[in-house]
Amino acid sequence: MTAAPAMTRATRTSPHTLATKRRSPLSGGDSRGAWLFLAPFGLFYVAFLLGPTVWMLITSFFNTSTVKTGLGSFAGFKNYGEMLGRADFWSAMWHTLQFTLYTTPPLVVLAFVFAILTNRVRRGQWFFRLAFFLPYILPSATISLIWVFIFTPGSGLWASAQQAVGITPGAGVLASPATAMIGIAIATVWWTLGFNFVLYLAGLQEIPRELYEAAAVDGATTWEQIRFITLPLLGRTTTLVILLQIIASLKIFDQVYLMTSGGPGISTQVALTLITGTAFTDNRVGAGSAASVLLFIVIIVIAVVRQIIDRSLARKAA
Amino acid sequence: MALTEARPRTKSPISAAAPVATSGKAGVSGRTFSIVSAVVLTVFAIVWLIPSLFALKTSLTDNGVAATGATNILKNWNPTLHSFASYFQAGDIWNWYAASAITSVVTAVLTVLFGSMAAYALSRLKFRGQNTVLLLILLGIMIPTQVLIVPIFQELGAVNLLNTYWSVIFPQVPAVIAVFIFKQFFDGIPRELEEAARIDGAGLWKIFWSVILPLSRPVIAAVTILTFVGVWNNLLLPLFVLSNPNLMTVPVGLASVQGSFGLRYADIQAGALLAALPLIVLYLAFQRQIVEGVTGSGLKG
Repeated sequence: MTAAPAMTRATRTSPHTLATKRRSPLSGGDSRGAWLFLAPFGLFYVAFLLGPTVWMLITSFFNTSTVKTGLGSFAGFKNYGEMLGRADFWSAMWHTLQFTLYTTPPLVVLAFVFAILTNRVRRGQWFFRLAFFLPYILPSATISLIWVFIFTPGSGLWASAQQAVGITPGAGVLASPATAMIGIAIATVWWTLGFNFVLYLAGLQEIPRELYEAAAVDGATTWEQIRFITLPLLGRTTTLVILLQIIASLKIFDQVYLMTSGGPGISTQVALTLITGTAFTDNRVGAGSAASVLLFIVIIVIAVVRQIIDRSLARKAA
Repeated sequence: MALTEARPRTKSPISAAAPVATSGKAGVSGRTFSIVSAVVLTVFAIVWLIPSLFALKTSLTDNGVAATGATNILKNWNPTLHSFASYFQAGDIWNWYAASAITSVVTAVLTVLFGSMAAYALSRLKFRGQNTVLLLILLGIMIPTQVLIVPIFQELGAVNLLNTYWSVIFPQVPAVIAVFIFKQFFDGIPRELEEAARIDGAGLWKIFWSVILPLSRPVIAAVTILTFVGVWNNLLLPLFVLSNPNLMTVPVGLASVQGSFGLRYADIQAGALLAALPLIVLYLAFQRQIVEGVTGSGLKG
């Protein structure tokens, strides 16, 4: 696919005989040069991306452990069977889905609204960019410490705000299995909204001003302009944001580890907590790998869907 | 101004009056809209700033006062730098900063250098197997590195790199997205520039180093900063590959002492802010590169 444009380019330059003459021997030399340029990155790619992926697939079929070296005995599909039969595997998957469902709508809607409004503000845009984007660059350790403190039962900011409006604060957002995931979701929305906000702002800047001007001349109200111009033209950004969020949610680990460590009970245990727990705490690398592979498959499927949607949208736009 | 520009075009004799009337109406609703949006935005911006400002206020409060609850923290007006001072005296924070700075800088340098080299080959050179390499890179974008924590841990253990900075640096060097960003940028550089250098007899490395890279400063800055921030913020990898307290990065160090703080809330919040301090400074200095990098990459956590 990529060779095609390169070839047409080569034929296009052929009238310049001097250039082609110099080019062909050089392209022969390019091949070796190209591999030399690729080698350092390629080495790391194979060692820390492709290799581990293959090794994970292999160990998922063995009773590998961290306490003994080597692969351990062959297990076939037993690790997969065990994972798919374990209640805590499905609850971890459910919590991951729960987290996705809690975070995606606010992260899309709020980011969209904030971006549209910021884009319309004439003065002080820098302030809104700062306010919404700054949390995104904070380490997860920082955001977790801040939000755990806000959610402190009884005396925390959240509880105080509840008291101020006449609600009796309960045992604390993170202490109750029913609300712990909501607390993690709130912290996450606060933390990562800036990313989507910036994506939307960039998308907005690509919409030609003439469209709005033409609509205004035709008598479209601001709301109609948003409804019929902005919303449809940001469709591509929205699909991107949703799919990126789903993939990010599937890999959620930091906030859970730092804010609740999966608790209370296992009410916030997610896929990656289960995987690391199985591999590092129970020392069962094989079983952990099987869980990793299952999660991996889900993520790849979504990533492929994203590619397909992205391509079809790009084709439609072209 | 834009509206007045558009008007003459629609000034056909038939609908001469209509556009003026409607554009007047749109103007009014536009103004109301602007005011409402400014108010709504400001409210949300304040809501968004509250957690950070509250953490800052807490970190400047005495531990004893902070333990009595949020209301007292907000009411108290005796700022103290005690919590920050105790961090700097205890010394752990310096070790964490050193570990985070070393791993972040080295990873960023290697990622930018190796990533841009690979991107140069893919963007500018023709070679057998190019399609396969491109396909592998595309596949690499989809591989969720977090899921590879178990095999990467085993691999580092097998080559005796656990508990070294390399164990944090190496797995983060193959950032496929960086190759993609570089390739996109290189694709846009006019070929004439390097063809002139070629005719002058410059080798590939010379062209890459003295023609391509100097033109790529903005994208180099963006990738450097994004990598730096990403490595600085990473918790999962250093959490499992570093167990030596002297080597812990800031997030891991904070996570490890979190429990031992007890009711010293001011200290905890001071730690949270110290973990973020270098990044906040970096953000204020390189706002544009960071924001452009984020939109250019479309990558996320």
